[in-house]
Amino acid sequence: MNDTDKPQPDPQPDRPEDSAGQTLTEPATEDRQQEERSRSVLREIVSGDAMAGVLAVFLAVFVGSVMIAATDEGVRETASYITARPSDFFTALWDAISGAYSAMFRGSVFNYLLTEPAQQWRPLTETLKFAGPLILGGLGVGLAFRASLFNIGGRGQMLVAGGAAGYVGFQFDLPTVVHLPLALIVAMVAGALWGGIAGLLKARTGAHEVIVTIMLNYVAYYLLFYALTKEWLLKTPGSVNPKSPPMKETAILPKVLGDQFNLHLGFIIALVAVGVAWWLLNRSTLGYRIRAVGENPHAARASGINVGMTYTIVMMIAGSLLGLAGANQVLGTVTSGVSLDLDASIGFDAITVALLGRSKPLGILAAGILFGALKAGGFTMQASENISVDLVLVVQSLIVLFLAAPPLVRAIFRLPAQEAK
Amino acid sequence: MSTVTTPTPESGGLAPDAAVTPAKGIGAKKLPIIFGVMTALLAVVLLRSSHAGDTTFQLAADTDFVTLPDIVVPSGPTAWVMVVLCLALTAEAVRRMLAHTRQPVWVPIAFAVAWMTGFLSWAAADERIRLVSLFAGAVALAIPLVFGALGGVLGERAGVVNIAIEGQLLFGAFAAAVTASLTGSPWAGLVAAMVAGALIALILGLFAITYFVDQVIVGVVLNVLVVGLTNFMFRQVLAPNSDTLNSPDRFSAMPIPILGDIPLIGPVLFRQTPLVYVLYVVVALVAYALYRTRWGLRVRAVGEHPKAADTVGIKVNRTRYRTILLAGAIAGMGGAYFSLVSVAGFNREMTGGAGYIALAAVIFGKWDPIRATLAALLFGFASNLQGVLSAIGSPVPSQFMLMLPYLVTIFAVAGLVGRSRPPAADGVPYRQQ
Amino acid sequence: MRLVLRGITKRFGSVVANDSISLSVEPGEIHCLLGENGAGKSTLMNVLYGLYKADEGEIELDGEVQHFTGPGDAMAAGIGMVHQHFMLIPVFSVAENVMLGNETTGFAGTLDLDASRARVTEISDRFGFHVDPDALVEDLPVGVQQRVEIIKALSRDAELLVFDEPTAVLTPQETDELMEIMRQLKEAGKAIVFITHKLREVRAVADRITVIRLGKVVGEAEPTASNAELASMMVGRPVELTVHKDAPTLGADALVVKDLRVTDLAGHRQVDGLSFTIRAGEVLCVAGVQGNGQTELTEALLGLQDDVSGSITLDGEELVGRSTRRILDAGVGFIPEDRQVDGLVPNFTIAENLMLNRSFKSPFVKNGSLRLGALREFAQKKLKEYDVRARDIDSLAANLSGGNQQKVVVARELSRELRLLVAAQPTRGVDVGSIEFIHKQIVATRDSGIPVLVVSTELDEVVALADRIMVLYRGRVVGIVPADTPRETLGLMMTGERPKDLKDVAS
Repeated sequence: MNDTDKPQPDPQPDRPEDSAGQTLTEPATEDRQQEERSRSVLREIVSGDAMAGVLAVFLAVFVGSVMIAATDEGVRETASYITARPSDFFTALWDAISGAYSAMFRGSVFNYLLTEPAQQWRPLTETLKFAGPLILGGLGVGLAFRASLFNIGGRGQMLVAGGAAGYVGFQFDLPTVVHLPLALIVAMVAGALWGGIAGLLKARTGAHEVIVTIMLNYVAYYLLFYALTKEWLLKTPGSVNPKSPPMKETAILPKVLGDQFNLHLGFIIALVAVGVAWWLLNRSTLGYRIRAVGENPHAARASGINVGMTYTIVMMIAGSLLGLAGANQVLGTVTSGVSLDLDASIGFDAITVALLGRSKPLGILAAGILFGALKAGGFTMQASENISVDLVLVVQSLIVLFLAAPPLVRAIFRLPAQEAK
Repeated sequence: MSTVTTPTPESGGLAPDAAVTPAKGIGAKKLPIIFGVMTALLAVVLLRSSHAGDTTFQLAADTDFVTLPDIVVPSGPTAWVMVVLCLALTAEAVRRMLAHTRQPVWVPIAFAVAWMTGFLSWAAADERIRLVSLFAGAVALAIPLVFGALGGVLGERAGVVNIAIEGQLLFGAFAAAVTASLTGSPWAGLVAAMVAGALIALILGLFAITYFVDQVIVGVVLNVLVVGLTNFMFRQVLAPNSDTLNSPDRFSAMPIPILGDIPLIGPVLFRQTPLVYVLYVVVALVAYALYRTRWGLRVRAVGEHPKAADTVGIKVNRTRYRTILLAGAIAGMGGAYFSLVSVAGFNREMTGGAGYIALAAVIFGKWDPIRATLAALLFGFASNLQGVLSAIGSPVPSQFMLMLPYLVTIFAVAGLVGRSRPPAADGVPYRQQ
Repeated sequence: MRLVLRGITKRFGSVVANDSISLSVEPGEIHCLLGENGAGKSTLMNVLYGLYKADEGEIELDGEVQHFTGPGDAMAAGIGMVHQHFMLIPVFSVAENVMLGNETTGFAGTLDLDASRARVTEISDRFGFHVDPDALVEDLPVGVQQRVEIIKALSRDAELLVFDEPTAVLTPQETDELMEIMRQLKEAGKAIVFITHKLREVRAVADRITVIRLGKVVGEAEPTASNAELASMMVGRPVELTVHKDAPTLGADALVVKDLRVTDLAGHRQVDGLSFTIRAGEVLCVAGVQGNGQTELTEALLGLQDDVSGSITLDGEELVGRSTRRILDAGVGFIPEDRQVDGLVPNFTIAENLMLNRSFKSPFVKNGSLRLGALREFAQKKLKEYDVRARDIDSLAANLSGGNQQKVVVARELSRELRLLVAAQPTRGVDVGSIEFIHKQIVATRDSGIPVLVVSTELDEVVALADRIMVLYRGRVVGIVPADTPRETLGLMMTGERPKDLKDVAS
């Protein structure tokens, strides 16, 4: 409606019929198209999504800075006499914000305060460690997005898979070559089954997967809770806490850069998964059908594609990817035993990763590493600057929100609106 | 002119997907099936571990004007009698199904009462069930669910899916705690909670209505944002200054004279906190306004067929904004329950997923304010029953009781408990050309 | 009320939908706007109704220039519109629909439904509409829904009524009744704009005719002008109004449908005991008003309906109970009635759309991988062969015009080895050039010995393509008649009446 008089670019290409002109094929418009193509590169940079993306990150970081400044003791103290000595205020402001972000940098990329090169670069390996499950989860959510399914059930899929992997991880005595793959496969199967429920229900009854996956998160939580209170399932004998015994050595994901770094095989698994997902989506017939179903299930169905089956398969693949993310946590990052918070909010972070990565495997890889860095840096920031790591959550969700609405970002920065294509 | 094929209004919404043909609704068959399964479940439970002993149902509250006597029944036999009663009701449902007659409302209600009585006499053998506190507690626990569900119903009737109820509750709880602490008045806290809920709604509207961002995505991300924001503020600001910023006065119980003295009903409904009385008023107002007023007609029109509403001069997006702001304020009030009624003060992620149960109530309640309220009460009952049973050491694992609302919702959306039809344009942004 | 439009120009991006259009409508006059699909008629009316804002030009009512910011303003100024896609809320009652946006209320905004009921009854009685104010709109037949739209406009004291393609969904009889209503309204002094692309209707009812092509007014015509004159004005060149085809060379019985019954999800029997046969090399056209089981029939043939009984055999093979994929594999080509919904994936490229029904095996698939090279080569070839006007094979289907989209669908379906072609509304919303092309393709398919089933609600198309015509009414066959059956008879049959002397023809 006319609530805003800002021009609103239509994200969908103009349908010629809608705009009533079937003139697209006129010779004149051919020229116009040529001309437009040559201009488009420039426009992409000035007002296109690329610019909006950078600005979205900038905006989110800016809001984060304001939050840091507003809650900083020094800043608030100096603000009380800002008119008398403004320089104090600005020094305090600079200290607070630069302190926070440099701590983040030290925690996620390169710690310049240390001298030994291996230790200096250690933060980067932490970033990659955090990125592993984010990438796996992001792929799980992103793949479902491509079939037009919104998988909010990452948490539940991780919990179920983590519990299953944990069960195999401490209950069985097997050689490493069998034990670890078995635990991973069990996690994938468990995640696939849990994710598949939502797909199957959608296929058979039309139940909306958003609702089903949300509800399954809680069902999974209480199931795992129950399992953690029973010794024949996951509970540590004699303990009162809902926690399982630690994993056996043979089921733990090996460290890839030696014992001084925490980076484990999970990240490599994530890289492989990116490759597989890319092939699946862009080169396989299953991926073609997934995309067709996602873009227009009616046409897919009329063309002989079994839409319900595709939904179920996609959700099973998505679930198995999130299952790997769960296994990554239990068998790699926190090997001291299965607990109720094993998902470490990755199930939800995965949604933001998939959105930031535009549901494309390579985009998800990049987004996963970025958010991994934010996570790794956030912990350092909390430890050294006493700024809550929850700030990362805020920045992360703001990035996604701003990214989803490029026109808003352009309006904030007063950039020219993008012409409707 | 027009070859204009309007795109099918499906993207985004929470309507069942038309592309996959849903299995034929279990339709008229579903009631007998559900009854049968439930009865069998009860019988199996009884067979596996039946208790001797008696079960005491206490009807009176401690301070009743007229004291109703306790009802003491032998657990095992009573439970079995109820199983038989359930069987009879199942048979009745089957008979009606075969005769193709409508299943009247009393059948499921009678079944539910019989089943629950049987279940309680088994679960509380040798124990005392205080019915008043069971129900009164259920009402109290349902407060945030009802407020949240009403907010959800309103938004969705106007065509805006609100997954951010959880965020509205949490932000409402936060704002209520801080404001009530600063002003010393829980009522001020309540107002602040409304503002906080409306603020989240405003952001939702900005992205979902003005910028056409997928409403489910905005909702999910907003929830994460609010968790991050309130956690951050809690750690950085509230925790260090908890005396001034996080120690509000609670709403205390305020019995209503006369009404509160009615046996059973009085203590359950009218010896509650003022927030509950506000709730009664809000439920009545929303239900009336949605169906009987011009405002309600327009809200529903905008949620069903925005273009049609536009062509008769209704400002679609303005109506949607107004409705979700109001809805946000209502959901925000539910947030006040956590920090001003349940406990005094805010804590990290203290809403614990109640917003999602409220969302479940919206769907289970078929987008109708009264039904959604009832659904929320039912979920409140389930969670209070769980508390009561685990307090008396019942044999049912509490995790399974806690799972119940979520499972029921899954069954509901899968069409097993009545197929629900959301507003036609639910979740579909309206673009004016 | 006198309406004058002066120099209305409306652009969508770089597409000019209306190019400086001027016209006037007098009270007590029916003014026809005639033009092809996509000529810009509806855009113009949406500008008039305040749904679109014109880039240039002005709207004048009774000498006063209007500045509409929304439909509310247009309505207040006395403009009423009967939309092509009814602007009614299905789950509301008639009275609620009529009062929406114009509610009478009592205390605290309480709705006064009685007032609205009275208003509906009053208008309904005045024009003999027979509309129950308490009926839910979704339960009403389309013809009645249209009357609700008219009541809605009249209840707001509209002096100028715009009818946007109002006959698309009506039977010939209902169309006649509508024409009568329009004349009645004209007598009552209303000014009427009647938008259509159907020549017959224009000549039946118009006082004046304005023809629009590619967003421009190309001239006025008299109601006495011949069909050929009007058509050539509309299209901009002489048009062949008939399809040239030779007498069919009939083969053996190919498609045999026996006692077909289809029940929809709501439990309604949509196709009720249908039996017919199509021989190789024959076109059977299914005529009937939209919603009489045609959609369900074609979907049942393709395995897209769930509750189907009876038998469908193609060259002796039973198709009922087979999945869509296996039916397609058996050699059934399908042009769905709504290409945007069932025919194309808008955000896929032309090339990707061309393999939509062959995503399981060769030629574009090998060991679960796509053979992109083979697909590109195929797409290049088809683009030329079917004259699809697009930049290249990587253009998104969404960016094509309706005619070109339809050609992509036709190309995909006709480039497989077919044993049956099912074409539902093959030329709906398509420009005249593409219509001619698609008709030629259908006739060529038939001439190559393939049985063809065409479903169309356009009687002209039915008559042009058919070797035999099957008329459906409420899911049943009214009759199977020769292609040269008079239109009046067909029109009557579409209302379910079967002329006494009618004899079915076997092929």
